[in-house]
Amino acid sequence: MAVTAETHTQEMKPPVTHVGVIGWMKANLFNGVFNSILSIATLYLLWKVVPPFIKWAFIDSVWHTTGKACRHVTGACWSVVWENIRFILFGFYPFDSQWRPLLAMLLLFGLLFYSQNRKHWKKRLVYVWIAGLFVMGLLMKGGLFGLSAVESTKWSGLPLTLLLSVFGLTAAYPLGVILALGRRSKLPFIKWLCVAYIEMIRGVPLISLLFMSAIIFPLFLPEGVTINKILRAQIAIILFTAAYIAEVVRGGLQAMSRGQYEAAESMGLNYYQTMRLIILPQALKIVIPPTVSILISAFKDTSLVVIIALWDLLKTTQSVLANPEWMGFSPEAYIFVALLYFGGCFSMSSYSRKLERELSAGEQR
Amino acid sequence: MQKKQPEKIPFWLDPKKRAILFQIVVLGIVGLIGYYLVSNTIFNLRSQSIATGFGFLHKESSFEIGESLIPYSAASSYGRALLVGALNTLEVSFIGIIITLILGTFIGIARLSTNWLVSRLSGIFIEFMQDIPVLLQLFFWYAIFYDSLPSPRQALSPIEGLILSNRGIAFAIPEAHPAHKYMLLFFFVACILTYFIRKWARRRQEQTGKYFPTFRVGLGLIIGFPLIVWLLLGTPTKMDVPKLVGFNFKGGLTLSPEFVALLLGLVLYTSAFVAEVVRAGIQSVSRGQREAAMAIGLRPSLVLNLVILPQALRVIIPPLTSQMLNLTKNSSLAVAIGFPDFVSVANTTINQTGQSIEGIALIMALYLIFSLSTSAFMNWYNKRAALVER
Repeated sequence: MAVTAETHTQEMKPPVTHVGVIGWMKANLFNGVFNSILSIATLYLLWKVVPPFIKWAFIDSVWHTTGKACRHVTGACWSVVWENIRFILFGFYPFDSQWRPLLAMLLLFGLLFYSQNRKHWKKRLVYVWIAGLFVMGLLMKGGLFGLSAVESTKWSGLPLTLLLSVFGLTAAYPLGVILALGRRSKLPFIKWLCVAYIEMIRGVPLISLLFMSAIIFPLFLPEGVTINKILRAQIAIILFTAAYIAEVVRGGLQAMSRGQYEAAESMGLNYYQTMRLIILPQALKIVIPPTVSILISAFKDTSLVVIIALWDLLKTTQSVLANPEWMGFSPEAYIFVALLYFGGCFSMSSYSRKLERELSAGEQR
Repeated sequence: MQKKQPEKIPFWLDPKKRAILFQIVVLGIVGLIGYYLVSNTIFNLRSQSIATGFGFLHKESSFEIGESLIPYSAASSYGRALLVGALNTLEVSFIGIIITLILGTFIGIARLSTNWLVSRLSGIFIEFMQDIPVLLQLFFWYAIFYDSLPSPRQALSPIEGLILSNRGIAFAIPEAHPAHKYMLLFFFVACILTYFIRKWARRRQEQTGKYFPTFRVGLGLIIGFPLIVWLLLGTPTKMDVPKLVGFNFKGGLTLSPEFVALLLGLVLYTSAFVAEVVRAGIQSVSRGQREAAMAIGLRPSLVLNLVILPQALRVIIPPLTSQMLNLTKNSSLAVAIGFPDFVSVANTTINQTGQSIEGIALIMALYLIFSLSTSAFMNWYNKRAALVER
C-alpha cells in the first residue's frame, strides 16, 4: 500500500527581492551597472523638470483673469485660452450661431466613433456618412430650415481645420486609388502620366501647392470667375494628399499575388470587374493602417493654411496672441492647440495600431 | 477544304486597338484642359499686364536679407537673393539632418532599452513629437525665444560663454588661429586614410579571415591626427567670447532666433520619425540571427557589426532617406517664422515683381531636384543592397 508523505514542506514564498515593486525595479531599472546609472540620471533629470513644470502649469497658474492680472503671476496664464476660447475654436463664425459648428463637430465625432467599430463597416455606413456630411454642411452653411445663411469666408477655427482634413481625405481617396491603378496600368501613356503626377507632387512641399492655389490658381480661370479661397486651398490639399494615397494603395496592389489576377482572368472577368470585385477589396484592406497615417499627416498638414492666411485653429490662436492684452502668453496658447492636435492624432494612431493587430490576427491562424 | 476566315473583330472589341483609343482620348482630354488653362493664364497675364520670363532675375532686388552665407545687399540682383535663399535652405537642412540622425538613432535605441524608464520616456517623446504639427512646433520655439527670453541687456547666461536672449543664442568659439586650418586638413586626411584602411581590412578578412578593428583605429586616427597637430602648434585655447555692444552681441557666434527655432522644430519633429525607423529596423532582424552569431563564438561588438547592423541598415536606409527629404521639404515652413530660406525669398520676389508663375516654378524646381536626386541615390542603393536570394 502506498504511503503518503505526512510531513509537508512548508510553503515558501519567493524572496522579497524577486517579486513586487522591488523585484520589478530590480528587473527593469537596476539590472546592471550601466542601467542603474542610466536610471538614476533619468530620475534626476525628471526631478529637475517635472515638479517645476507642474508648479508652473497647475499650482501657480491662473485660469479666469484678465490679461493685466496675468502679468503679476509667476505660473501659467491659462486665461489666455479660457477667456478667448470661443474665438480660438470658432473664429469669425457669428457668435449667436456658434452652436451650429459645435453640433456639426459633435456629429463628426459621433460618426467617427460609430465607424471605428468594424462590425459597422457595411454599405449602410457609406450612406450614413453621406447623410452626415450633408447635415454638417447644412449646419455650417445654413440658409435652409430657418437657419440664417453664413458666408463660408466666416468659417474659421477648429471647424475649418476639420473641414479641410475630412473633405480633403474623402475626395483624395478615390483620386489616389485611380492614380495608383493608372501607375500599375499597362498602357504606357496612362502610366507615364500618373508616374509624373505622383512623383512631382511628392517631390514638392505642400506649401508650394498652397501658394499656387492662392496666387496662380486665379490666373488659370477665365476672367470674371472666382473661386472661394477655402475651396482653392482644399483643392490643393486634395491634389497633394491624393499622390500620397496613390503610393500607399500601390503598395497594396503590389502585395496582391499574381494568382489573384490570373484567377480573375480565367473566370472571364474584364479589367474593371477584376479590379472592383477581386483586387481592390483585398488591396485596400491591407493598406488600411498606412492610410490612417496619411489621414494623420493630412490632419496635421492642414495647419499649413496659416501661411496663406486662412483662419484655421492656429491662425485664430495667433490673432488672439497679437492682441496687446494677451501678448506674451504664446507658450500657454500653443500648448493648448498642441493638446488638441495631439488628442486627434493620438486617438487616430492608437486606433490604427489596434486595427493592425486585429487585421493581422485574422491572418495568423 | 478551305479554312474559314475568322470573323473580323470590330475595333471597339479588340483590346489592343481599344487601349490605343483610350489613351488617345485621355491624351486629348489632358491636352484640352492644359490648353484651356494656359490660354486663360496668358489672357489674364496680358490683361493685368504682368511681365513673363526670367528676366527679373537680373534686376536689382532692393530688399535686405537677414542672414546670408555669401555677400549680399539690397543692390544685388534677384538671382543672387534666390541663391542666398537656396544656400540658407541647404544650410539648415544639412545641419538639421546631421543632428536629426544622431538624436533619432539615440532615441530609437533608447526605445528598445531594457531600462523601463528610458524606454517609456523615449516612447512618450516619439508619440508627442509625431502628433503635433511641425508648424505649431516652429511657432512654439519661436515664441519661446520671442516672448519668454529677456532682451540682450538682461540676457541669461546659464554657463560661461553661452548667452540666451530674444536676439538668439550667442556662444563662445575658439579664437581664430592658424592651427585650426591644419587641424581641419589633418581631419580630412584621417577620414580618407580610414576609408582605405576599411577597404583593405575588408579584403584581408575575406581572404584570410583575420579581423582588423577598423572602427577603433579609424576613430583613433580621426580624433588623434587633429589633436596631435593642435598639441604641436602650441595648444591655442583662447576663446572668442560674445560681449554686449549696443543692442547686439559682438564676437563669438550668434545664431538668430529664427534659425534656432527652425532647426529645433525640424530636428525634434523629424528625429521622432527617425527613431521609429531605427527601432523598426533593429527589430526586423530576427532573434535567431543574433543567437546564431553568438553560437559561432563572435564577440558582442562583432555580432552587432557583422550580423545585426548590415541587415538592419538594409531596412533602415530607404525610409531614413525619405525622412531626410521630409526634413528638407519641411524647412520650407521657414517662411512662417521669417527665416530667409528659398521659399521665403521667392515669396518676397513674387510679391515685388508679381511674377508668381516663375517664382513658384523655381520653388518647385529646386525641391524636385532635391527629391529626384535622392530617389536616384535610393535606386542605386537598393540595387546594391538588395537581398540576393537563391
